[in-house]
Amino acid sequence: MARLTINGTTRDIDVDPDTPLLWALREQAGLTGTKYGCGIAQCGSCTVHVDGVATRSCSMPVSAFTPEQQIVTIEGLSPDGSHPVQRAWLALDVPQCGYCQAGMIMAAAALIAQNPKPSDADIDAEMTNICRCGTYNRVRAAIKLAASGETPASNG
Amino acid sequence: MTFVPAVSRRHFIAGSLAAMGGLTLGFHVPLPGRAAAEETAPEINAWVVVKPDETVIIRIARSEMGQGTLTGLAQLVAEELECDWARVTTEYPTPAANLARNRVWGSFSTGGSRGIRESHEYVRKGGATARAMLVAAAAAEWKVAPAECTVAKGVISHGASGRSTTYGKVTAAAAQMAPPADVTLKDPKDWTIAGKPLPRLDTADKLTGKQVYGIDLQQPGMLNAAIKACPVFGGKIRSFDASAITAMPGVRKVVQVDEATVAVVADTWWRAKTALDALPITWDDGPNKDLTSAAIADMLAQGLEAQEAFIGNENGDAHKALAGPGRQVTATYAYPYQNHATMEPMNATAVWTAEKCEVWVPTQNGEGSLAAAAEAAGLPAQQCDIHKIHLGGGFGRRGAFQDYVRQAVLIAKELPGIPVKLIWSREEDMLHGAYHPTTQCKLTGVLDEQNNLTALHMRISGQSILAAVRPDGMQNGKDPVVFQGLLATGPENEFGYSIDNLLVDHAMRNPPVPPGFWRGVNLNQNALYVECFMDELAHAAGQDPLAFRRKLMAKHPKHLAVLNAVAERIGWDKPAPQGVHRGLAQIMGFASYVAAAAEVSVTDGRLKIHRIVAATDPGHAVNPAQIERQVEGSFAYGLSASLYGECVVAQGRMEQENFDTYEVMRMADMPPVETIVLPSGGFWGGVGEPTIAVAAPAVLNALFAATGKRIRTMPLKNHSLA
Ligand code: FES
Ligand code: FES
Repeated sequence: MARLTINGTTRDIDVDPDTPLLWALREQAGLTGTKYGCGIAQCGSCTVHVDGVATRSCSMPVSAFTPEQQIVTIEGLSPDGSHPVQRAWLALDVPQCGYCQAGMIMAAAALIAQNPKPSDADIDAEMTNICRCGTYNRVRAAIKLAASGETPASNG
Repeated sequence: MTFVPAVSRRHFIAGSLAAMGGLTLGFHVPLPGRAAAEETAPEINAWVVVKPDETVIIRIARSEMGQGTLTGLAQLVAEELECDWARVTTEYPTPAANLARNRVWGSFSTGGSRGIRESHEYVRKGGATARAMLVAAAAAEWKVAPAECTVAKGVISHGASGRSTTYGKVTAAAAQMAPPADVTLKDPKDWTIAGKPLPRLDTADKLTGKQVYGIDLQQPGMLNAAIKACPVFGGKIRSFDASAITAMPGVRKVVQVDEATVAVVADTWWRAKTALDALPITWDDGPNKDLTSAAIADMLAQGLEAQEAFIGNENGDAHKALAGPGRQVTATYAYPYQNHATMEPMNATAVWTAEKCEVWVPTQNGEGSLAAAAEAAGLPAQQCDIHKIHLGGGFGRRGAFQDYVRQAVLIAKELPGIPVKLIWSREEDMLHGAYHPTTQCKLTGVLDEQNNLTALHMRISGQSILAAVRPDGMQNGKDPVVFQGLLATGPENEFGYSIDNLLVDHAMRNPPVPPGFWRGVNLNQNALYVECFMDELAHAAGQDPLAFRRKLMAKHPKHLAVLNAVAERIGWDKPAPQGVHRGLAQIMGFASYVAAAAEVSVTDGRLKIHRIVAATDPGHAVNPAQIERQVEGSFAYGLSASLYGECVVAQGRMEQENFDTYEVMRMADMPPVETIVLPSGGFWGGVGEPTIAVAAPAVLNALFAATGKRIRTMPLKNHSLA
């Protein structure tokens, strides 16, 4: 059993304590937007925010979290896809297959929250997620667009 | 055409969903959407459903795996349909429906960059036919001639009487109209939807976590399976002790899937995997237990000198020219095994009963999945169906190979009536790939006194994909696909150089490692071999690599056009920035002409790729914005391969099991890519793969310009640049 606060709601989750947060999110909490890519903190597909910090959820057991820690997944980043990073992603039509994109978006949102105007070098250093479709250049452009504060207001 | 209700299919799905209590709410999977659509609106024809609320549903037979084919094919249908693009949605028909309807949707196979180029004509006809039926329905209601009516954005107008109506209003009547015997397709120059850089139709759900991939599928009562096959190629299970894990939490069943493979079924996947990792298994490593990459390299090296070889392209007498006067230049290149490494690991969800079997799977080939499911289920294909789900990457791994479908069905068979989702771990995915084949190539050129290239012999030695995967495609023992990009002529590819004495031949050497179609397939290494060697020849001749190529390309104006385009854009005739060096490459493959130019520098032994310019002539450009994305992505894939991609065989198995040892390109390595799309018309070429092939040679040639080092064995990470 684990008591976790996910997307603003604290809940008791019936799960073995050594289960990685990723699998508790996907299999117990039913939040499948967070993806499995490697299981060893290499690819970033499983990135969520823990108290605002981008965290690779595949490599931390649920027992490592307290209910006070705010876990935010892609489903909770904004109620309707309106986070500036999501809007920038839509404006530039970033995803290809899309599988890595939840992790990319969560990593990018955390980066901008900490560093509102990231340089190329900052982006290179912080955005180490893998995208096999090769969306990197558009991810970079979308981060800059989101950081510029000039993302289109709505989905369109 | 009369409306053929897809009764068997709808009935079948509705029945099976009811049996399972329906899919979990909140998931958007293709099939409930389609069933609902059909309930409110009949189809106009196989490709088009118009709902009374004006929503247009376009059916797409090919699979969306990130390459944008869903959007591109919908554009082609919508163009001829003259509907309102803002109201277009898409859905996948199922392979069983295709079977039941005499393959009305044609092939479902999505690979070889063929999605658009092989189906553009019949999907456009589908749209044009539906338009004619909708117009005929309105005209019949008005009692006027259809030819007097015009249509724009789904609104049908009769100018003379000033009447107008919409597709949604006449959809029911249109479904009853006889289809026209023939339709005329628009000239691409008149396109208003196709040919435009429209945004993808499937982006929004990928930004919020809503997009469902196969790995995300949930069904009531569903169990989860983790799987392990003998890591040694050709090995088997000797024994395992299921009793050691049956008491572990959540474990429901331990299944021996086949002689090499065991699976654990549990309530959650994490528990299944945890138990599988704890399962004591003794493997029988079999005949390949001592196999190494070095032994494979030796085997291929012998092929380089072998007497016997299949001829792929021959002109003049290369052997004689090689024995004659002139200066010989020789080099040997090698290309390793690589894994596709799709971000979404292999998976499939199956439910089996004695009467039917259904599978939900991200697949590049729904019909292939159906055949695999039927065989494993022990049921006729008519009693099986496949529900396609968006793919988290395909790259060739999910087309010709349906191993995960077979396994999922075999496991589900042990638990009749219960849906079982099989997910491979990344480790399983890395150990049981369908690897990019390994080859070597010895190239020998002859330069005459004026430094003209008078002869070229390319001896390829190595693995044939067809021999392992599709033996019916072999031609008297020869694998024609081995020569991708090097054939004299053909719709797919044409060698871009005129050389008086040319011989391209292949000594087939097939190590016991399963090869597969890997995005770009054999074009990847062939372009590397020929384009790096052209650079070597140019340097040996003391000539500029562009000028040297141009002399040989006069009879290949389309190849030359893309090469010239990249040379011009990168500023080949002007000096590069201080410390920066350039390289070029060109090839034709998948029916498109492609070229690349790269700018690189090397500082303290570290390569930096500053800039890539890529040109592609795919004949027709259905969506230039998506082509740009495919070209960028192909450089990430191709440069990943040349910088890092290598699966090493040791003790009969792959050493690399995850991204810690199988490195791939990340953000910091990715150069800016400038894409030039040059559609010259008159043919339909692919875009998902061809530009991969020019990534490595353009960069390697630039690297030589920077360092004077020729890297001839991939990947680059194994070489010191200092
Ligand atoms: S799945 Fe967590 S980093 Fe790859
Ligand atoms: S968009 Fe496919 S892996 Fe990134």
